[in-house]
Amino acid sequence: MRIGTHRQTALCSVKIFAAVLAAVMLSGACGSPPNNPHRAEDRSANYYYDTFMAPPKHFDPVRSYSTDEAVFVCQVYEPPLQFHFLKRPYELEPLTAARMPNISERIIGGAVHTVYEITIKPGILYQPHPCFARDERAALRYHHLAPDDVKGFLQAGDFEHSGTRELMAADYVLQLKRMADPRLNCPILSTMAKYILGLDDYAAGLRSRLQAERAARRAAAGLLYNQNEDEKQNPVRIDYDGIAFPGVELVDRYTYRIIIKGRYPQIKYWLAMPFFAPVPQEALDFYDQAALIERGITLDRFPVGTGAYYIESYQPNRQIVLARNPNYRFEAYPAEGEPGDAGLGLLRDAGRPLPFIDRAVYMLEPEYITSWNKFLQGYYDTSGITSDNFDQAVTMTERGVGLTEQLQDQGIGLITAATASVWYFGFNMRDSVVGGLDEKQCKLRRAISIAIDIEEDLDIFSNGRGIPAHGLVPPGIFGYLEGREGVNPYVYDWDERQRRPVRKSIEEARRLLAEAGYPNGIGPDGRQLTISFDNMMTGSSYAPYLNWILKQFRRLNINLVINTTDYNRFQDKINSGNFQFFNWGWNADYPDPENFLFLLYGPNARHGQGVENSTGYVSERYDELFRRMETMDDTPERLALIKQMHAVLQHDAPLHFGYFPVGYSLYHQWYYNAKPNLMGRNTLKYKRIDGELRERLRREWNRPLIWPLVLSGLVLLLACVPAAVLVWKREHRP
Amino acid sequence: MTAYIIKRMLYAIPTLIGVNVLIFALFFVVNSPDDMARTILGDKNVTRAAIENWKQENGYHLPLFWNAGAAGAARVTDTIFFTKSVRLFVFDFGNADRTGTSIGDQIRLRIAPSLAIAVPTFILGLLVDITLSLIVAFYRATYLDRWALVLCVVTMSISALFYIIGGQYLFSICLRLVPISGFDTGAGMFKFVLLPVVIGAVAGIGAGVRFYRIIFLEVIGNDYIRTARAKGLSEAQVLFKHVLKNAMIPILTGVVMTIPFLFYGSLLMEAFFAIPGLGGYTLEAINGQDFAVVRAMVYLGAVLNVAGLVLTDISYTLVDPRVRLG
Repeated sequence: MRIGTHRQTALCSVKIFAAVLAAVMLSGACGSPPNNPHRAEDRSANYYYDTFMAPPKHFDPVRSYSTDEAVFVCQVYEPPLQFHFLKRPYELEPLTAARMPNISERIIGGAVHTVYEITIKPGILYQPHPCFARDERAALRYHHLAPDDVKGFLQAGDFEHSGTRELMAADYVLQLKRMADPRLNCPILSTMAKYILGLDDYAAGLRSRLQAERAARRAAAGLLYNQNEDEKQNPVRIDYDGIAFPGVELVDRYTYRIIIKGRYPQIKYWLAMPFFAPVPQEALDFYDQAALIERGITLDRFPVGTGAYYIESYQPNRQIVLARNPNYRFEAYPAEGEPGDAGLGLLRDAGRPLPFIDRAVYMLEPEYITSWNKFLQGYYDTSGITSDNFDQAVTMTERGVGLTEQLQDQGIGLITAATASVWYFGFNMRDSVVGGLDEKQCKLRRAISIAIDIEEDLDIFSNGRGIPAHGLVPPGIFGYLEGREGVNPYVYDWDERQRRPVRKSIEEARRLLAEAGYPNGIGPDGRQLTISFDNMMTGSSYAPYLNWILKQFRRLNINLVINTTDYNRFQDKINSGNFQFFNWGWNADYPDPENFLFLLYGPNARHGQGVENSTGYVSERYDELFRRMETMDDTPERLALIKQMHAVLQHDAPLHFGYFPVGYSLYHQWYYNAKPNLMGRNTLKYKRIDGELRERLRREWNRPLIWPLVLSGLVLLLACVPAAVLVWKREHRP
Repeated sequence: MTAYIIKRMLYAIPTLIGVNVLIFALFFVVNSPDDMARTILGDKNVTRAAIENWKQENGYHLPLFWNAGAAGAARVTDTIFFTKSVRLFVFDFGNADRTGTSIGDQIRLRIAPSLAIAVPTFILGLLVDITLSLIVAFYRATYLDRWALVLCVVTMSISALFYIIGGQYLFSICLRLVPISGFDTGAGMFKFVLLPVVIGAVAGIGAGVRFYRIIFLEVIGNDYIRTARAKGLSEAQVLFKHVLKNAMIPILTGVVMTIPFLFYGSLLMEAFFAIPGLGGYTLEAINGQDFAVVRAMVYLGAVLNVAGLVLTDISYTLVDPRVRLG
């Protein structure tokens, strides 16, 4: 190569480099920093930006049951009730219902039933959707689609026309019937079948009709029949009205009734969940077309609701966009909350129409580290905190938990809230060693409960993000007892000076162990006590935690055998009762103590049948108290019963109560009305964004740095000089 | 050549059947349909009845390979293996177990983002590797060659994760020149693919330069190169005209074998850069115990592998006229 060619190449490289730099600087000068992952034209828009870690599975309200799906589903679908955004303890209020359900009693077949009569507000409209679109002759436009009609379509929004219609009580009745459809695998069917009159028979009826239809198709098609493929081309249509379902009654256009066997006051909480949201028949008919099924355009991906938002774009491999529902009725921001809300600015928007945000853009971020850094750059409005970035975000001050200087400088806010969940250690109460209600066996479990130092666990492994549990009911739920009243006296002593419980000493645990028949961990047969610990902590990251658990047992000279399996095997073991000691958690469905205390209710301890009471604990006294407490309203009498139940549990110690996790979340200064609501998931409509402030700060925080790149280029060029000299010498060798 | 290609395609059929049987057996050795149901249905309230219902609805209630309860051919056809695997041979991948969406549609949707990263990375990496290795070969037996080799070993020894996180930290957080991660379609894609492509190319430099340097040095030692030099050609002409041309067979072997796998995406790169490609799709399926997707992706990998081998053989005939396929 000639030196001249070198020069040309170098010149060309410099030009390209300069062009790239110019492009970067130009994009910065135009207002949008070059590291902005969002579209530049949206920079000042009234959009909310957040993330999701994995594509959601279901958007069909009869199937969706996980919190990551609720983020979307609850903004679109509207059950009759909702949790008040601000008031605590959690309080239900009408959402689409005109008022709270009218509750009455009815005798059916000699037994008392409770009737919930719900009247919805007139004039509520569905979001614009092609399933409602009508042609010039007022016929539904898209209900007879051929494959060519939807060629290239990826979303429900790809249709040219859309329509709407008024919400009717029949839509709620239809959804209740869909719960029983065996093809939909409604996760709460077994729970609801216990309470809603005739739901189990209705489900059995639908199943037998479906099976008969499938058998007929199979017989007609012969050997190569493929059920899934056949039903994609020719979906099975079951007439939901062809079978009697006495548990639900349609009264008139706006009123329907749900009939409950006996009493089940907790049904009111279920009425605030998407399982009880309306689904229009037009949507079912629309999505039941082979042409749409073939293209993956289904109700499970493209919901049809009356909520404040609708799914504008569904690309689960990249982003999901919610847009403001143009047909949304007037709903005002609440004017009252709990004491202190006004001081926190949470009532500033009182009376203003909802929703505030035009679009919510959720981006797929499989790795937490990238979403965390984008949050710090201002490209996401809110963020959680993990153990990995805890120290970067949070410091412990004399006044408690605070943010680090860096985050304070950015004006970031911190919210902490105890979650409605509990993470516990359980004993197999049917095991001959750790189970049983004999006093000696209770002492063994109490000794272990003292030895596992949950405060140390929280400090080391959770950065203190948890509250040690003295019972099953977490803070914020009726029945949680604070202070001296709530202390578990078998594991803690009350320190009057510090005004807090102090874990009993390990010597006390050893004394209890000796009284249980295992002095210094040695059993009557002269052998060391051995207990197996079943857990699902697979992966090397859990090794320190498992070592820590081993250490806790070693303090009592108990040999702990660790059995770690994946979650499926773990569930199998617990379900079949093949374990001694285990670690698990429970996340509440609704804010009622019953939803925690039922975890130890005797009739729920049926190993082999998908147990709720996984310990197998059965106490006549506890069960009797539970039955009385279960259907009561939140009264002082109910609180007294809960106290008695906890006293029984603390004595029998079927669980080491573990801790109640505390959630930490962060938000930027341009994000308003940030109040955690662990029960209500339809809270996007209350949030407000100052887009102008966000854009200004984003630009300030993300000014591109060019000079290090220029300097690196120069250093690289200088480094090439010796090589160039070498070439020159070779080429000009005499 | 046509006869050879047909022969190779026929050979591929037993290979693909074997792959199908193997992936099916391996998957169900470690997972039962009950496990799949429990994972897919979620963590709460998964009752025995719900598991049985899910299996029934998704065709996993049948025996795995042999239905002793059926009669005649139904003993084979009324099994999970038959109902789930036969359609793969006509590239009908069916629906995902977790989401019920069409796997074929997802592959079509995700292949473009995967290629948007993989193809530029591959081309840039190849150009940089070959250019650098030619330069290193040019400076063979000098201190530059020795230092280049040391540098190659050092860069090879660093984990790919370090390049990714380091690259994101440097270019997105410190210099703020490109987004940390994300993806867009059309012209907006450029700013998202720039960093992963550069990182992908840089991360492969060490191994690539060492590999191609050895090839070039082998060719440089041949008599015809000495003859070229004796004719008075400059070193650059020798390298680019004669050495590069004669080193094409081993280069092509590696290159053509790699091309089919570009469609497959990169698990790590797609996860960290939030690229909605096939790598992430496979990873999600493995984590979610979605047998239908795992099976489809492994099958696709096997088909691409077979295609890669055939393409390699064909490419030999293009660069070396002495090679004849038959």
